Amino acid sequence: MNYIDSGLKVVGTRPIRPDGVDKVTGRAVFAADTRVAGMLWGKILRSPHAHARIVKIDTSKAEALPGVKSVCTAADFPDIPSEEAFVGEGPMNFRDLSLNIMARGKALYEGHAVAAVAATTPAIAGEALGLIDVQYEVLPFVIDVEDAMKDGAPILHDDMFTQGADPKPTKPSNIAKVVKFKKGDANAGFKDAEVIVEGRYTTKPVHQGYIEPHACLASYNADGQVNIHASSQGHFMIRAYTAKLLGIDMASIRVNPAEIGGGFGGKTLIYLEPVAVVLSRKAGKPVKIQMTREEVFRGSGPTSGAAIEVKIGAKKDGTIVAAQQVLKFQAGAFPGSPIGPGCMCGFALYDIPNVDVLGYDVVSNRPKVAAYRAPGAPITSFAVESLLDELADKLGIDPLALREKNAAKNDTKTHYGPTHQNIGFEAVLAATRSHPHWKTPVKPGQGRGLACGFWFNIGGESTATVHVNEDGSVTVATGSPDIGGSRASMGMMVAEVLGVDISRVRTTVADTASIGFTHLTGGSRVTFATGMAATQAAEKVRDDLKKRAAQIWEIPVDAVEWKDGKAYPAGSNAGAFEPLDLEAIALKAARTGGPINAEVSVNAQGAGAGFGAHICDVSVDKETGHVTIERYTAVQDVGKAIHPSYVEGQIQGGAAQGIGWALNEEYIYNDKGQLENPGFLDYRCPVASDVPMIEAVLVEVPNPRHPFGVRGVGEVPIVPPMAAIANAIRDAAGVRMPDLPMSPPRLRAALDQAG
Amino acid sequence: MAKQYVLTTINGETTEFLCETQQTMLDVLRDVVGLTGSKEGCASGDCGACSILVDGRLVCSCLMLGVEAEGKTITTVEGIAEGEKLHPVQQKFLEHAALQCGFCTPGFIVAAKALLDENPNPTETEARYWLAGNLCRCTGYDKIIRAVMDAAAEMRGETAR
Repeated sequence: MNYIDSGLKVVGTRPIRPDGVDKVTGRAVFAADTRVAGMLWGKILRSPHAHARIVKIDTSKAEALPGVKSVCTAADFPDIPSEEAFVGEGPMNFRDLSLNIMARGKALYEGHAVAAVAATTPAIAGEALGLIDVQYEVLPFVIDVEDAMKDGAPILHDDMFTQGADPKPTKPSNIAKVVKFKKGDANAGFKDAEVIVEGRYTTKPVHQGYIEPHACLASYNADGQVNIHASSQGHFMIRAYTAKLLGIDMASIRVNPAEIGGGFGGKTLIYLEPVAVVLSRKAGKPVKIQMTREEVFRGSGPTSGAAIEVKIGAKKDGTIVAAQQVLKFQAGAFPGSPIGPGCMCGFALYDIPNVDVLGYDVVSNRPKVAAYRAPGAPITSFAVESLLDELADKLGIDPLALREKNAAKNDTKTHYGPTHQNIGFEAVLAATRSHPHWKTPVKPGQGRGLACGFWFNIGGESTATVHVNEDGSVTVATGSPDIGGSRASMGMMVAEVLGVDISRVRTTVADTASIGFTHLTGGSRVTFATGMAATQAAEKVRDDLKKRAAQIWEIPVDAVEWKDGKAYPAGSNAGAFEPLDLEAIALKAARTGGPINAEVSVNAQGAGAGFGAHICDVSVDKETGHVTIERYTAVQDVGKAIHPSYVEGQIQGGAAQGIGWALNEEYIYNDKGQLENPGFLDYRCPVASDVPMIEAVLVEVPNPRHPFGVRGVGEVPIVPPMAAIANAIRDAAGVRMPDLPMSPPRLRAALDQAG
Repeated sequence: MAKQYVLTTINGETTEFLCETQQTMLDVLRDVVGLTGSKEGCASGDCGACSILVDGRLVCSCLMLGVEAEGKTITTVEGIAEGEKLHPVQQKFLEHAALQCGFCTPGFIVAAKALLDENPNPTETEARYWLAGNLCRCTGYDKIIRAVMDAAAEMRGETAR
């Protein structure tokens, strides 16, 4: 496929997004904003124990409370068998998902749902939770990933035997899976190396921290049809999971996509919808459930914390000859950490002949992890990019030069199989080298760090429709929830193809009954895959408009040319008729074949991988251990920026999340396995005064597999910040911080130790 | 316990409502009055998504009781624009693409208006500290701060950026 990169009139401009006014005036409807007549309020009872057998649940007192209309426990859900599926951004087992939304037999983490109620007011629902009597047999628990791997650790699942282990295990284990990737011969490579560096790094689980708590409104009707109104990264995902978990056919479930108040991967799972449907069925009324912030922290997925060991061998000139990595990822209470991408992404940036990577997916008594922006990649890259800094230091090479020397190029074969094609890493490094930030000397008292990052980006299934309305205006509908301005980018691509002004195009997100299947908004796939569907639908409409013009003029269709939003007679007929615009053709639609529209479904392949390089200047307050980010520049290959402001926004937002991950954010557990900081005051996301302006540098290396050269941009920016900041701290204060977060107490301790 | 009668002014309209004594102003706005523009992100005063003005003062409505609205003048995000005319802060948020998901946006609009009412010429640092009570997880704050600074300049009658 050839991408279009000349004569663009809409793509690459910065129009105001179509849903913007609703969102600055408070009119946009998010999941918790909907009310319907007769609605009940649902609330969920959660386990206070990190690990406990549920001996008995007595709900009779709660059911007797006036105003309580239904109560449910796991007994009200089908006990579904183990079934692996690949959905969203990672593997999923529907039995695990079912057990995660309502504990059956055992509570596996503090915050695990054990029962739910629906009542006429939130206050009554809250009171009813206190009347549910759950008898627990408290069990030993394990929180840390390496503790969970030890012999004799409390076992979460008696039926879990390590997959991929050789020999086949005979005893259950908390290690769900072992994964290995090999290229060349790492041992031989290290023998060949002139310099070897090694390091051990740890990261804490961090929450996606979307400001909108999970919420839904579900209505189970007497005829078995279900309506759900919810915010998520994919309403088709909600439909599929709810159907699967409750044994309802998909056609009987309609999910309306509410505006979504942030997701970052955390809303690629469900927690509430099946519970609300069961409560609604039992009560005969619609039920709304919204999580509190505390529930979001205790009950919904962060990304993994991890322990990572890395070893890199190089020649004196900086050529890396061997690399080795062992990664242990916390999965939370059920298998499914992003260990796969964790094993792939760290070394994917470099052309290394000999690579050996070993990864463990490990369960422990914590909330089940969910995807978080480039799942796994930030963790592995924190380790690799920190160690590369050590290598550069040891070799006396500039850290950027070390990356330039070893950068993956087109035709570089990765250690996990695929060969890179159409990548822009070298262009990113060149833009970094020539950037004023890199060229400006570091200010006295400050330090500078550099780190790079990679993400695959994904394509997949998407549907879009384009309608030319009776007045010639254009309506676009897709199945992709709009998290960060995708209505704008979809409308812009359609406007570009049709040659009309963006103000004539309106974009909506259609519900599950109104458009073809569309996969999640995640993996940086929407502008690529749904954009491809929208572009192709617009092309079909354009072809149809030409055909209609030919019909009106009674000339062959190949004698019609489409230019600037109008049909022109071409060739021997050139100038014979007045050009026809959309309005003129739409006016005669009934006489030329009826409504003008097209729906296109694609399974988009060829999502171009993305690369980024971040430069960060910091100062360190040696008395308090506080780090100030003085200057931050993020360079990234973005393919083609459809709406540059929203591309910059993705990069700036990802970098800021990375700054929080680097400096502040962590889950703090007490000795009972209970989370001690389940709120925004103590779980410290960056605020406006914590960060500087973040300069996003867009390097456009078009992806030839997309009609406008798009590649995903949302994931890469969260990959480099942790190492960039660690490297800057090393430069500023002379201490290497291998453990995240690099919070004031930790940095103070490291400075004290260094003397 | 019987509900309390409250007489107040919301977005310029005399408004009366009945509420439980323990109900927060945020719950009253959303569930009783039906103004859902103010959002609940934390219910503990940490995220600022429920920001409103009470007699011109910036308040987290989740930290205020509904009964405290008696006799007060309340402004919510729904009352910031004048009819069809957006407030400069709203217009600049759109122009600068200062929102992604839009969930924190109502709180930022109200807080930024309060800032510019009090300090028409803030420095970037002053704007960042004033808005430090509002969490945004999408934007990294860059475009939000630019939008607020640009709105301030426009309100001062400066056109140059």
